[in-house]
Parts: sequence; C-alpha cells; structure tokens
Amino acid sequence: MFVTRKVEFSASHICRNPELSDEENRRLFGMAANPHGHGHNYVLEVSVEGQPDPVTGMVLDLKELKEVLERTVVEPFDHRFLNYEVPPFDRVIPTAENVARDIWWRLEPQLNRQGRKLRLVRLYETPDLYVDYLGE
Amino acid sequence: MFRVTRRYQFAASHRLYTPLVSEEANRRLYGKCAQPYGHGHNYVVEVSARGPLEAHSGRAVDLAILDELVRRQVLEPMEHRNLNLEVEVFRRTVPTSENLGVEICRRLKRNWSTVFAGDWPKLETIRIQETSRNAFEIRADEVE
Repeated sequence: MFVTRKVEFSASHICRNPELSDEENRRLFGMAANPHGHGHNYVLEVSVEGQPDPVTGMVLDLKELKEVLERTVVEPFDHRFLNYEVPPFDRVIPTAENVARDIWWRLEPQLNRQGRKLRLVRLYETPDLYVDYLGE
Repeated sequence: MFRVTRRYQFAASHRLYTPLVSEEANRRLYGKCAQPYGHGHNYVVEVSARGPLEAHSGRAVDLAILDELVRRQVLEPMEHRNLNLEVEVFRRTVPTSENLGVEICRRLKRNWSTVFAGDWPKLETIRIQETSRNAFEIRADEVE
C-alpha cells in the first residue's frame, strides 16, 4: 500500500553548466539558463510503501511524515536561491531531476524504517513539467 | 532511474460516428458526440519518458528535443483542426480519446529514435484527457 503526502515550496534557480558555451546552455536549458535566475512554485509528492499497523490502522503517522517533510525539505529549500544557498546545488545543476534525487537522499534514511520504504519522489517544477525519481 | 512527464495542450474538434452501425446505434453509442457538425475539446496530453541522468545536463530527457518532436508530430497537425477531416487516420477510424491517444503514441514512437539517438530516454506512456473528468493512458509497448 502506498501513502502519498504533498508539500509545496518556492525557490529560485539557474540551470547552467559552466563547462558549456552560452549557446549550448541556451539550447539545453532554454530560458532556465538566464544568468540572474528565476523561480518556481515547486510541488513535491512523496510516496511511502508499507502495511497498515494492526493496532493503529496506519502505514505511518502522517503527522510525523508532515514534520519530516517540513524539517528536511521545506525548511532548507523554501524561499531560497538553490544555486547559492542549498548545497550541493553550488556544484550540481538544480534541474528538477537533480533536486528530486537530492530530496530522495535526504528523506530515505528517515522514512525507510519499520518495514516502510520510500518508493516515489514526484517533483513538479510547473504544472506542465514533473519528474519522478524511483530510486537507483 | 527517472521518469519525466511533460504536459501539452491543444484544441481540436471531432465527431464520434461510425458508418459501420445505424444512425440510431451511433446515437446510442456516442450520445451528443455523434451530432453531425462535430464539437471541440481542449485536449491535454502528458508524455512520459524514462531514463538515467545525462552527465552534462543533469537531466534525463532533453526537453528541447521532446518539445520539438511533439510540436512537429502532434501539435502542428492537430491544433485547431477538425480531426475527422484533417488528420488522415481519422478518415477511417473514430477519433475517440482511445484512438487519438494511440495515434499520438504511435507518431511519437515511430519518430523517437530519429531524434533521441541513444538507448535513453525511452518513451513510456501517453496520457490524454478530452475533459478534466476522463483520462486515458497508453503504454508505448502497447502500440506498434
């Protein structure tokens, strides 16, 4: 059984590989390569798989999941410029793929316990583009 | 492994009607969708592709390539068109969302390897909505 919780955060970023030319960056990332950055309202959905506890009837305490997401994702990411304020995005391009995987790495050790497993990190950069990270 | 989903929209008209059954049967099957002059929808198409990260871009799918493929194969031929009259395959088949989804999937699949040269990314699914109340999802491995 999967349990999914959604949170939102707003942040700015630049997608640009310093080893490539301006022209190649523009082709790869379009306007996302603009030098002063731009922002998104990111929407994050996190899905955890597990079995309901026979006593509580819950796979996990949603209150606890909410706190984990707040502490691990919203607090460090919300209203930040990812490239300048949130490592490792000073050296890793903050594409939706890289941000989704970084969030997975932050969450996994906290959620994979008592038979539960993190299964999906879905990150919407806009309503027209989202990335699913499904683990290695 | 990553799955990247991109959402596109276009507006088009269609009529659901098959010459293989009677007028009355068409009306029963398709209801208002069989009215003779057709009607339109704002279609929403989600294209999902799967792949590992490309080292130079930090992305799993080159969106400029995907957007161009979808523009050429789907949006340009279908945007503000009458599907029954202006999209060849629907002169012979009924443009239901099922058939439209399969046609879109087929067009992308046939042209995929000419624009995405390597093993990745792979086209995974097409999801199409005629209105926000119904969705149809087609796996790329279900179509030729």
